[in-house]
Formats: sequence, C-alpha cells, structure tokens
Amino acid sequence: MDKPVAKIGLKHGSGGRAMRQLIEDVFLTLASPVDGIGLSALDDGAAIRVGDRWLVVTTDSHVVHPIFFPGGDIGRLSVSGTVNDLAMMGATEPLGLTCAVVLEDGFPRADLERVVASMRETAREANAPIVTGDTKVMGKDEVDGIVLNTTGVALAERVVSDAGLRAGDLLIVTGTIGDHGMAIMSRRHDLRLEGDLRSDVAPLNGLVREALRAGGEDVVAMKDPTRGGVAGVLHEMAAKGKVGIVIDETALPVRDEVRAAGEMIGIDPLLVANEGKAVIAVRARAADKVLAALRAHPLGASATVIATAIAERPGAVILDTGFGKRMLAEPEGELLPRIC
Amino acid sequence: MAGKDLFQELKFRDPVRARALAEAIAREVDAIGRTVPVMHVCGSHEQAIARFGLRAVLPPGLELIMGPGCPVCVTDGPEVDEAVALALQGARVCTYGDMLRLPGTARSLADAQADGAKVEVVYSVSQAVELAQKHPEDEVVFLGSGFETTAVATAAVALASPPKNFSILSVHKYVPAAMNVVAESPQTNIEGYIAAGHAAIITGWGIFEPFAARTGKPVVVAGFEPLDILAAILQLVELMRQGKAEVANVYPRCVTKEGNLPAQRSLWKVFRPVTGTWRGIAEVRDGNLDLRPEYAHLDARKRFRIDTAPVRDEDAEEAAKGCICGSIMLGLANPGDCALFGKTCVPESPVGACMVSSEGQCRIWHTYGGVPDLRKVGT
Ligand code: SF4
Ligand code: SF4
Repeated sequence: MDKPVAKIGLKHGSGGRAMRQLIEDVFLTLASPVDGIGLSALDDGAAIRVGDRWLVVTTDSHVVHPIFFPGGDIGRLSVSGTVNDLAMMGATEPLGLTCAVVLEDGFPRADLERVVASMRETAREANAPIVTGDTKVMGKDEVDGIVLNTTGVALAERVVSDAGLRAGDLLIVTGTIGDHGMAIMSRRHDLRLEGDLRSDVAPLNGLVREALRAGGEDVVAMKDPTRGGVAGVLHEMAAKGKVGIVIDETALPVRDEVRAAGEMIGIDPLLVANEGKAVIAVRARAADKVLAALRAHPLGASATVIATAIAERPGAVILDTGFGKRMLAEPEGELLPRIC
Repeated sequence: MAGKDLFQELKFRDPVRARALAEAIAREVDAIGRTVPVMHVCGSHEQAIARFGLRAVLPPGLELIMGPGCPVCVTDGPEVDEAVALALQGARVCTYGDMLRLPGTARSLADAQADGAKVEVVYSVSQAVELAQKHPEDEVVFLGSGFETTAVATAAVALASPPKNFSILSVHKYVPAAMNVVAESPQTNIEGYIAAGHAAIITGWGIFEPFAARTGKPVVVAGFEPLDILAAILQLVELMRQGKAEVANVYPRCVTKEGNLPAQRSLWKVFRPVTGTWRGIAEVRDGNLDLRPEYAHLDARKRFRIDTAPVRDEDAEEAAKGCICGSIMLGLANPGDCALFGKTCVPESPVGACMVSSEGQCRIWHTYGGVPDLRKVGT
C-alpha cells in the first residue's frame, strides 16, 4: 500500500504503522525458524524451547527526552521496559539483565550516576539482577546524550503470546492509561499544565505473576502498551488474533490530569505510551478472578475491563464512545500536539 | 415540539439523553420518508461528530455532510503564495499553526522556513504584536486566517494602534458566505443547515434569517458537545418535516439573536467583505474579509510590493494530483471517495488542504479512522 521510503524517519520508530511496515520489510529478512516464538512472530520477545521449559529473551534500546522526568528517568525506564517485555510473555522471574550504554562526549558524570542508581533500585524492586554490560562513548552530536540498551533472559513454564485472542475474550488494562506519555509530552513541549502529570514507569513482573496465578491458561494474551499506547496494542492483538475489538470508552481508567492534558493538546490518551501498565486478555470466565488478583496488588488497584473481542470485523478496533461508535485509528508516526 | 423537552436542560455528555435524541431523530426522518441530506459548515462540528462516533447512531436516512467549514482548507494557493513571497522578501511572517504546512500554488510557509525565511507560529494575534515589539528591526506580518471568530481578534489588534513595524495579511473568511456557496451550487441537494456556534456568537443567529428565507431551507445554530449536535439535528429534521424554512438556535447558552454587537462593530470597522477565491471552490461573493482603506497602513498588501512570481506555479494544481478537496468541501463527495485518502495522502504528507488542517474533513476522518457503517457492530 505505502510506497517504500528511501530514508528512515522519526515515524519509523514510533511504534505505529510505519514502524511495523519497516520491520516487516527489512528486519523480517533476518528471521530464521526456531523451536518456539522467534523474530517472525513480532512478539515482545523470543521464547526458545529448552527441555520442557522456555528460555525467554528480549532486548530494548531506550532513548527519552528529557532523561529525567516526573515519576522516573531513563534508568528506571530501561530496567522496567525489559522486565515488562519478559513478563508479557509469561516470564515473570528474570534470570538476569544486561546493560549497554552509549554516551555522548560531554555527558555529565553526575547524571550518569543518577541514572545508574535508578537502574540499581529498579532492578532490586523487580528482583532482576544486572549481570553484564558494555559502555561506549561517541563524539559530540554523534549520539544524543545517552542511549541505554537492556537485554533480559528468563525461564518460563508456559509462554503467553500476543496472538491468543478469540471472540468473547475480555481485555483488561491494569491501571490508568496515558500517564507516561502525557507526562513526557507536557515536559517536552513545556505545556506547564496544572496538576500532577507523572509517569507510571514500573516493573510489572510481580503484578503479572498474580494475574497468571489467578487466571492460568485462561490468560490468553498480554502486552504492555508502550509506544503506540493501548490503541497500538489492541490493533496488534486484533490483527494477530483475527478478531474485532470493541472498546468501551466510558470504562477507560484515565486520570483527570491526563484527560485534561489530552483535550488541551488534542492527543488521545489511548495513543500515548504507558511504562507501567499491561493489557491482559482473558477468557470471559476468568475475568473476575484475574481482576480481583490484579486489584489486590498495589500496581493494579485500578485494573478494569475495557474491551471485548468480537467475531465481526477481524482486525478492526472500534471505539464505543457511549454516544456512538467509531473506528479507533491505528497510531502512526510521531504524536503531534495540536498547535492551534 | 417533540424534542423540545429533551434539550431544555441539556447535560452535554449524557449518553442516555443522546440515545433519546437519536431515537427522536430517527422518528422524524421516518416521518419524512426519504433520505434527507443535511450539512454542517464547521470543522469543530465535524471533529465532535467523528470523535464521538455520532454517525453510527443516526438513522441511515439522515446524511450528515460537512461543508466548507474550515478556513484553512479554503485559503487559496495564491493567498499562501503572498505570505511565502513576503517571508522570502525578508519579512517575519507569523501565523496560526495549521497555516504553516498549507501548500501555496507550489510551496508552503514551512518550505520557506526551511529555506531560512523567518516564519513563526503564534497562538494569538497579540503574540504577533509582541514579536513586532521585540524585533523592531523586522517587518512583522501577521497572516490572519480564520472566520469571524479570529477576525474579531485581528480587528481588536488593528484598533489598538499596534507598532509601526506590524502589519496584517488578511485571508480571513466569512461563514455566511460559505453557506451561500453551497446553497447556490447547482449540484447541491442539501435540505437543511447546521450553522457554526462559534461564529454565531459573534454574528448572532438572526444573520441566517435572510438565508433561510431566500433558499427555503431551515438553519439551526449548534454548539459543540455531542448533545448540542444531536439536539440541532433533531430540531432541523423537525423543521424539515414541517416544511418550515426557519432559523432555530439550540445554543442559547452562548448565542443570541443579535450576537456580540461590540465585536461586530470592531469587525466591520476594520474589515469589509470582498469577493475572493476559495480553494477548490471558486469565487465566493463576500467570502473574504479585507482591511478597509482606512487601515491601509496596516495592510501588508498595500504596504509592500508582494511579488509572488518567483514562488508561484499555476500548473501545480491539487486536482492534477488527484485531490478532490473541492468536491468534498461542497459536500458532493467524502474523503472515502478519494483514491489517495489514507494511502498517499496522510497527515504527515498531505496532498491536499483538507488533510493539512486539523479542521479539515480528510484529516478528521483519518484521525478517527474513517466512517464505515458501524451501526450494527458489537451490539
Ligand atoms: S472557526 Fe468557526 S466555523 Fe471554523 S471551525 Fe471554528 S467554530 Fe467552526
Ligand atoms: S484525501 Fe488528500 S488528496 Fe484526497 S481529497 Fe483529501 S486532502 Fe485531497
């Protein structure tokens, strides 16, 4: 549909349609068959069969502006991101994390120490030891400040893919949506919004463990709504599971500050990144049990059922606004706040 | 009047009331007994309609069509050329956000900016005045776009003796003219109009009475909450069923019959309506708001020799690229009819004006996932 582009743009990194297209066109050529879930599944990570268990591996590079933001920093983000990607595949006990850092010439040492302290603390919180690393320094302007890469490995008894949805399944979000993205955006664009916009960045493996304990095999798909937000995740789950998804907009947990900021800059909280939330799809019969387990955990206090999978319109995500229904567009490209 | 009680005390985001209104609309449309095409002429209305998915609750017999409701979309290529030329001639050109990427006949202000011209986005005309104060060495030109709503703000600044190095390039447009264009278009089949509440706050709803009388079509002034819009549609179909070409106001919390008189006084003191070309549509009688001769000293067109020849390309018409914005703005087509919609024409690389402006119909439909028939899905 889209003509191939000659150059990579920012939109190719923003978790939307353009990025998926690029991955499919370019990176999937790297995929080779594995016993388990490999690159071609485009899941949160890979799962390779080892005996009767699964070795789950995931990697992520982190860039964020500003690197210190309300509610967190790039260090906490990089550890949480990888721990969460493992957890989304059902691997809630990380064996170890690696950490590779690329720094720009002139990067303040005090900032680096602050970032590393935050990584250490988050790793302890997640019970995820950091076991090896690598450091590179590049010239001025050759890299923007700091790039942090973390890789994680874990063993799991059962793998949860993101393709397991069937009509009738319910989708739960583990807490309020849009907090991270809206906090970053208001900082970046210096919106000086009233209220308390804070990132939700946190490691979720403990929370997910509770959900899996309660739901067992009835937990059929999980994904953390980072770039592309909840909308992106639901689009992916709808496409992979070949179902339609109807979101009940009135049920969405959104903090007032986030809602207000969204209305102000013209960006839907459904589209912005979360760093401490999961979308968990369950068979309807297990929804109550899973919800109760999530709500009993401090990170899941406002867990809510937000959507239902339907047989009609496979691949489509439909928003029931309470007034009517419309399609929820798939996020694409950078989110641009309204300027007028 | 069946709907009257329903919108007496509107709670503006109450889905239960919304359903009741939608059902009442369906009954009226049923009573009319055929498909009724109605038009709203406002980008903000389209935003709300698409955002809340209202088309999915309206009866199939009601066709809700957007008209030329976005002042950015109807700003003509040669008008943008003037601003681009001024910027390249060295002026500091300030304007509202969406105007930046709006293509002229060949180039946009964003292109000029990339070439090193001083182009700045402002949130209000007074910010442009501040820039003029801050940069006495520069000629600061405010490219004034928008309907009555923003033209009033421009007029207020003109009346407040702005600094000597400040001037205005007006591409302001006038809403009632937009409705005339549609009503007079030979292909039009529109049977009723929803008028823009914001503009009517200034002009008052009385201004639509001659229009209704002349065209024989009812007009209802509406606010921007989902219930405002549904209430307006209900009022409109009631009037249509009764065959009354009247004007009704379902936005009484903001709009009066005579409007904001002081604002009108300053508007008409500074501006006069002139015939101008609207993008994709043609000449529109009284469609543009030009500075009056008394304000020639503030009129960029009078102050500078604007040479658009170097930035002009008459052949680079949008229509040649397959863009059907013109038909869309006249309500004769919708974005889904455009072969480029969502494919080669997306918000990041728009082909036509309707995909540039956040009030443009193509952009709105794209943002809200198009408008397939969702009446029966998942219920
Ligand atoms: S300026 Fe007036 S007509 Fe235009 S979008 Fe705003 S309210 Fe509607
Ligand atoms: S989709 Fe693009 S090209 Fe087609 S009518 Fe709209 S603006 Fe023009």
